[in-house]
Amino acid sequence: MNWVLDNLPLIADRTWAHLATSLPAILAALLISVPLGWVAHRYRALNGPVLTGAGLMYAIPSLPLFIVLPALIGTGVRDVVNVVVALTLYGVALLVRSVADGLDGVPPEARSAAVALGYPPLRRFLTVDLPLAGPVVLSGLRVVAVSTVSLCTVGAVLGIPSLGMLFTDGFQRGILAEILTGIVLTVVLALVLDRLLVVLGRLAMPWARKTAEVGA
Amino acid sequence: MKNPTRRSALALAAVAALTLTGCGSSDPLGGGDTASGSPSGTGGMGGSGGAEPLVIGSQQYYSNEIISELYAQALEAEGYTVQREYQIGQREVYLPEVESGAIDVMPEYSGNLLQYYDAEATATSPTDIHAALAEVLPEGLRPLESAEATDQDSYNVTRQFAEDHSLTSLADLKSVDEPLKVAANSEFETRPYGPEGLKKAYGVDVTVVPVEDSGGPLTVKALVDGDVQLADIYSADPSIETKDLVTLEDPENLILPQNVTPIVSDAVDEAAAAVIEGVNAKLTAEELIGLNRQSVEEQASSADIAKEWLAGQGLS
Amino acid sequence: MNQLWEAVLWCLDPARWTGPSGIAARLLEHLGYTLLAVLIAAAIAVPIGWWVGHTGKGRGAAVAVSGAARALPTLGVLTLAALLLGIGLVAPMTAFVILAIPSILAAAYAGFEAVDRRVIDAARAQGYTGAQVLWQIEVPLGLPVLVGGLRSAALQVVATATLAAYVGAGGLGRYLFLGLKTQDYAMMLGSSLLVVVLALVLDGAFALAGRAAVPRGVTVARRGVTA
Repeated sequence: MNWVLDNLPLIADRTWAHLATSLPAILAALLISVPLGWVAHRYRALNGPVLTGAGLMYAIPSLPLFIVLPALIGTGVRDVVNVVVALTLYGVALLVRSVADGLDGVPPEARSAAVALGYPPLRRFLTVDLPLAGPVVLSGLRVVAVSTVSLCTVGAVLGIPSLGMLFTDGFQRGILAEILTGIVLTVVLALVLDRLLVVLGRLAMPWARKTAEVGA
Repeated sequence: MKNPTRRSALALAAVAALTLTGCGSSDPLGGGDTASGSPSGTGGMGGSGGAEPLVIGSQQYYSNEIISELYAQALEAEGYTVQREYQIGQREVYLPEVESGAIDVMPEYSGNLLQYYDAEATATSPTDIHAALAEVLPEGLRPLESAEATDQDSYNVTRQFAEDHSLTSLADLKSVDEPLKVAANSEFETRPYGPEGLKKAYGVDVTVVPVEDSGGPLTVKALVDGDVQLADIYSADPSIETKDLVTLEDPENLILPQNVTPIVSDAVDEAAAAVIEGVNAKLTAEELIGLNRQSVEEQASSADIAKEWLAGQGLS
Repeated sequence: MNQLWEAVLWCLDPARWTGPSGIAARLLEHLGYTLLAVLIAAAIAVPIGWWVGHTGKGRGAAVAVSGAARALPTLGVLTLAALLLGIGLVAPMTAFVILAIPSILAAAYAGFEAVDRRVIDAARAQGYTGAQVLWQIEVPLGLPVLVGGLRSAALQVVATATLAAYVGAGGLGRYLFLGLKTQDYAMMLGSSLLVVVLALVLDGAFALAGRAAVPRGVTVARRGVTA
């Protein structure tokens, strides 16, 4: 593919811009979802509202959100903060449920044991609940990562740099190779991120694999 | 008991991820985005360049980006530092940035820009339009000398359609029986030379089928396939020749001439302006079509096209 | 906030609703694209998903295909298809169907996998054939999960169907792009709000459908026998 070889710097720029918007969003989604999911798990009264709110959040279409958000948070449409916030909102909408489900799935015996051993609440959360909820949270995080990388491309029609600009430019100039490159790279990026998360998951939670093997 | 090695590996990975995103956040976002070739920011070779980088913008239109790149590389050859902000969007999106001084140089199209600021403008010749533009632009902006090259909206039909209905000018469209659809960018709907203007000047009714490729391959395909009867294709587009399309004449001057005219802010001094005007002086209509042809048919990048052309013209 | 108010006013202007390119027409087009895409995607994904769930084979492949399809950027598929197929409905439909398939496929086999094996064993012990197990046990019991997948797919498509206007088709995206290109904020925000409302209504409708899809026997088992 000649086009690819001739345009490596452009491709690199677009990929970089893409990562610079999607990675912070994924990270932010995780950091926000954990406490939020914990609230939904811990306070049953809030469980319904939080999860329904998350579901509604996910129902909001992406392009309109990119357009409406600036009016609410005071940035421009093309501002990167706008995109990152929007992508984070979608990530949170997806991940909150996973965190809540994961925490719900923690065996009460484990919790009781920790209480019996005298763990203070925060330590209990960080060293018992969260690690045991880990696998479920991780699978939610993987979905968030893939969908964020894919969703990030839509902003290109608004003039926001990402791999999506390979689609708009290729479309204008009729260069199929450019569009294909964009598609392939987006998918590759998403799958690489997915694999990375699996590997990180195994590093962080070596017991999870063993439990799966025992249960299988 | 948690394995300390695993913990530190995880911590390391987390720190690496945070650093990566932290680094990522500063570079491409602050520096604006680039088309290709030189990375955003410095490209100057010392010398007489101003301390502040000049910000050059472009529309979300590949041909406009090529022209921006011509200016950018010419300026860099003279020692200026240039920052590129390409593919911004259409006029309503980038003009606020130009007006606020966030963008210093913007290649524009004279007639359309004049109509944008003054819908009632009566100038019809390139010199009149340029003069009117100089008056109507807001504080801090001025138009430099226009190029001979134009790239204007034009109503096109297939040769077959023109022959079937004996069409040579827009006025002839009145005699066509079938409903007329024109494929164009969505903003065509509200442009002065769009459906409303056509109705007023020629008494012709058309509906717009919006295709967001700026008269590109999909628009041309729609015309050639017969999905639409008319298409708004820019006059510097090589496909008019390649696909044997007929551009309908415009005796009522509905569409003003669109000479390539750079709009610059006060940050652009006389020396820099002279460099840009030097490029414009060599930009004839034929040259522009040739540049566009390289982009669309040879799929060359704007940076490569600009480099070659400037070298050929002795401007780099 | 003022902009949002103007956007709401834009939506409520009755003159805008009539006519071939009025809000009502675009809304119906948008809804139509969504339902059509989900229907076609279901026609493809449901049989495959049911086969995977019923036989237990090919699950790895199904998961991989779902995952890869979920990563496909819709704008990319759309522009690619449009360049090859021209303006009109086929290009956007292709992109939307590809978008909808992963959720439906996953829900189809997940629904079957969630069926308690003991129920199936009991059925086989009573002499149910494979087909009877499929149609009388797995399909009804898997239906709620499947409806959940259809719901998820419909939401994704309704959100993305705004892109159809990028390549000359209709739908609420028309207003989105026209408003964007001409910086008509009221139009842009107004049509965005309409898409959001449409999405929420669709979500609610599917939620109800999901509840209705639960077989009566299961509802009874869960709640206990009442009157």
